[in-house]
Amino acid sequence: MPEKMKKNYFINLIGIILVFLVMMGIFDTGILGAKTNYIMGIAIIAMMTVIIVCSLNLLTGYMGEFSLGHAGFMSVGAYSSAAVTMAMINAGITLPTVLYFIIAIIVGGIFSAFVGFIVGIPALRLRGDYLAIVTVAFAEIVRVAFTNFQITGGGKTLSGIPKVSDYHYIYIVMVICVALMYMYVRSRFGRAVIAIREDYIAAAASGINVTYYKVMTFVLSAFFAGVAGAIYSHYLTAIIPTFFNFMKSSEFLTMVILGGSGSLTGSIIGAAVLAALPEALRDFQIYRMLMYSVVLVIIMIFKPSGIFGTWEFSLPRVLNRVFGKNQKKGGAAHE
Amino acid sequence: MSLFIQSIINGLNQGAVYALVALGYTMVYGIIRMINFAHSDFIMVGSYTLFYTIPLMVGAGMPAWLSVVVAVAVCVAVGVTVEAVAYKPVRNAGSMSALITALAMSLFLENLALVLFGANPKSVPEIFSLPTLKVLGIILPVKYLVTLSIGLFMMLALHIFVKKTTLGKAMRAVPEDKEASTLVGIHVNKIITTTFAIGSGLAAVAALMYCSTYPRCTTDMGTMLGIKAFIAAVLGGIGSIPGAMLGGILVGLLEILIKVYLAPGWYEAITYSILIVVLLVRPAGILGKNVGEKV
Amino acid sequence: MSKEAPVLEAKGLGIQFGGLKAVNDFTMKIGQSELVGLIGPNGAGKTTVFNLLTGVYQPTEGSYFLNGEKMNGKQSHQVVAAGIARTFQNIRLFKKMTVLENVKIAFNKNMKYSLFSAFFRTPAFWKEEAEIDAKARELLSLFHLEDLADEAAENLPYGKQRKLEIARALATDMKVLLLDEPAAGMNPTETAELLESINLIREKFNISILLIEHDMSLVMNVCERIIVLNYGEILATGTPEEISQNPKVISAYLGD
Repeated sequence: MPEKMKKNYFINLIGIILVFLVMMGIFDTGILGAKTNYIMGIAIIAMMTVIIVCSLNLLTGYMGEFSLGHAGFMSVGAYSSAAVTMAMINAGITLPTVLYFIIAIIVGGIFSAFVGFIVGIPALRLRGDYLAIVTVAFAEIVRVAFTNFQITGGGKTLSGIPKVSDYHYIYIVMVICVALMYMYVRSRFGRAVIAIREDYIAAAASGINVTYYKVMTFVLSAFFAGVAGAIYSHYLTAIIPTFFNFMKSSEFLTMVILGGSGSLTGSIIGAAVLAALPEALRDFQIYRMLMYSVVLVIIMIFKPSGIFGTWEFSLPRVLNRVFGKNQKKGGAAHE
Repeated sequence: MSLFIQSIINGLNQGAVYALVALGYTMVYGIIRMINFAHSDFIMVGSYTLFYTIPLMVGAGMPAWLSVVVAVAVCVAVGVTVEAVAYKPVRNAGSMSALITALAMSLFLENLALVLFGANPKSVPEIFSLPTLKVLGIILPVKYLVTLSIGLFMMLALHIFVKKTTLGKAMRAVPEDKEASTLVGIHVNKIITTTFAIGSGLAAVAALMYCSTYPRCTTDMGTMLGIKAFIAAVLGGIGSIPGAMLGGILVGLLEILIKVYLAPGWYEAITYSILIVVLLVRPAGILGKNVGEKV
Repeated sequence: MSKEAPVLEAKGLGIQFGGLKAVNDFTMKIGQSELVGLIGPNGAGKTTVFNLLTGVYQPTEGSYFLNGEKMNGKQSHQVVAAGIARTFQNIRLFKKMTVLENVKIAFNKNMKYSLFSAFFRTPAFWKEEAEIDAKARELLSLFHLEDLADEAAENLPYGKQRKLEIARALATDMKVLLLDEPAAGMNPTETAELLESINLIREKFNISILLIEHDMSLVMNVCERIIVLNYGEILATGTPEEISQNPKVISAYLGD
């Protein structure tokens, strides 16, 4: 590993730990008093949304394809993980909370990835709006299935899911998920996927197995959406199929586009802000989607690349700038 | 046996609604290669217009069907405005932008309706008070016959319009070659506006047909109706007017038959599966033409 | 023609679109490090031949072989892996990616590090990325593009984009290179530079080239053999002199 990278990774790690400490300072000390739990809930929803929006950006921003059914993958993660942890509890297995949490997210991720694989293999032969509409259809099929299965509550609210999502764990999982996605897009895999987005015929003519990389990215995206779903169900403890509807999928897409397709920084900020906003301003709830849609049209007309475009935040770069260190150009491909 | 015939009648009625909505998708897609997600919300707009204007008409002593005229006018206005304000600026920005904009307009209309009309469903009064026939245990509401014939008439008229009139021919020329169409004096913008006007007008008629079967309007009524109608358009062959009719009827029949005979809880899932299967096996649909990408 | 076994061979290759035979009975052989020109009037089916030879289209008749191995049924990326690479008539670069990344993409098929290595940045990742970086820069320097390595491909002037496309094709480590009108839209200086590059890569990489070109002087100058295509069928094959004196060719180009 190049020396410069080691330093950069170290700086980022320090930054991540600092944010964690700040959160602990706020939530664990109860400095906000009675509002602590409320604020913490907002933070948890925001962090979960960050994961799913980043995962959607893998498809939309980097692969250049749409998924209007990401809420469907999220629901697969939510329900499958709930089914497993609830079955474990019913079987009388007692484990530490953290283990339950880990099992939940892994089960949720893997089930969702598996469904992503089954859907992706046929669907990814399609592109553009056809693929988008197929993902809508997929999410609806999933919703109908969860409405019919007994194990998922048979259309009624599935409740009694163990509450094992805790903001400490969620923060760590979020950091790991985003880091993994970042590493993915900045590797030969990400490069291939971006090439496919730019020109899939030229990519194939350069020896890229287009279907293989598309399916891989789709499965990965589904995996992280499933992880977010598992976090969701194990935080709320009660879920209903209609929550994971077309509107929810559109909302996630809005956050991707707003933040900037092709920028994980944009997705993080877009998801965090837009997920926290309606929670913070209850009266705003009814106007929220109306405002999103207007902003979306304006962005499409005036700045289709979104607020951040493909720009990425880099802590080492900021530090260099602040402390006026020698700014070397180039070689920034893997920061 | 009578259950079967009953199902066929219900399926045809349902299918006629899908077909009319599918026409709107197919016309717009045929001309600018864009899934107009907002199209299904035009139906919602039409339904709310009916809900608000029917009592007005009746109160003013006018025939209730006049509110259909109002609904058509409102839908055309909304459709043309949406096109001019949102779609036109992104027309050359690629399919990704067009798709997002269409989605945004759909969200906009739905949520605007939510703010204006509230979340409670509204019950649309009957336009036609027609009897229900009972033959050999089969229930045949006469309004079904009326809606079916209105639907058939609209489709036939549209088909003739596109095939025979100059404007219709221009509509078919634009997607073939935009530049050449401009050269031979076709106003591409005008054609696209006309397409949206016709499509939206059809949405208003579809609203009438929908409401006469299910007299309830909600702000999100368009979403699923729209997706199913789109499936119908794809099944029939996108861009093809007879294809939209055929697809609509087929989807309607299939849905009802599956609901009655196979799996009541799963019929929607099966409709959506049709889409996936069609796109994989024959993406051009039953009556469509295959178009590959030029290398 | 060389006496050895041909590198690329087509036997009665053809494709139908609907009822229309776009290419019919296309038969040819290209020997080791041979440079063959493929010419013909517009719409003669030259690019279709390329599409057939690179897995973009599957032939409806006949077959083609690379070093004796039958290639029918292979998809584009498999054809590239076997050793046939191409450029496109209307340049197809990865516009938003850098010049360097464009070339790196073509190396991808030989890269080994796993998804795990990418996620956790194992030594295998760093080692292979550094190797590819060096190889890509070396290839770029052959085309005098090394200074533009970090520029977005879309910002390159036209002539350099053509060169980058050839460099990308070379990076796939192929045996046969299909060039689709590489000099189209170039001024004489750029064309001369391009000629130089083509000769250079032939010597250095010892590859066979099939070249579609409209610029007759270029074709006559560099090609050892020429195939003339008209209405999807081969009209004539021969050396540049033979072709320039062939009455059928003259009438196809000048007549009606």
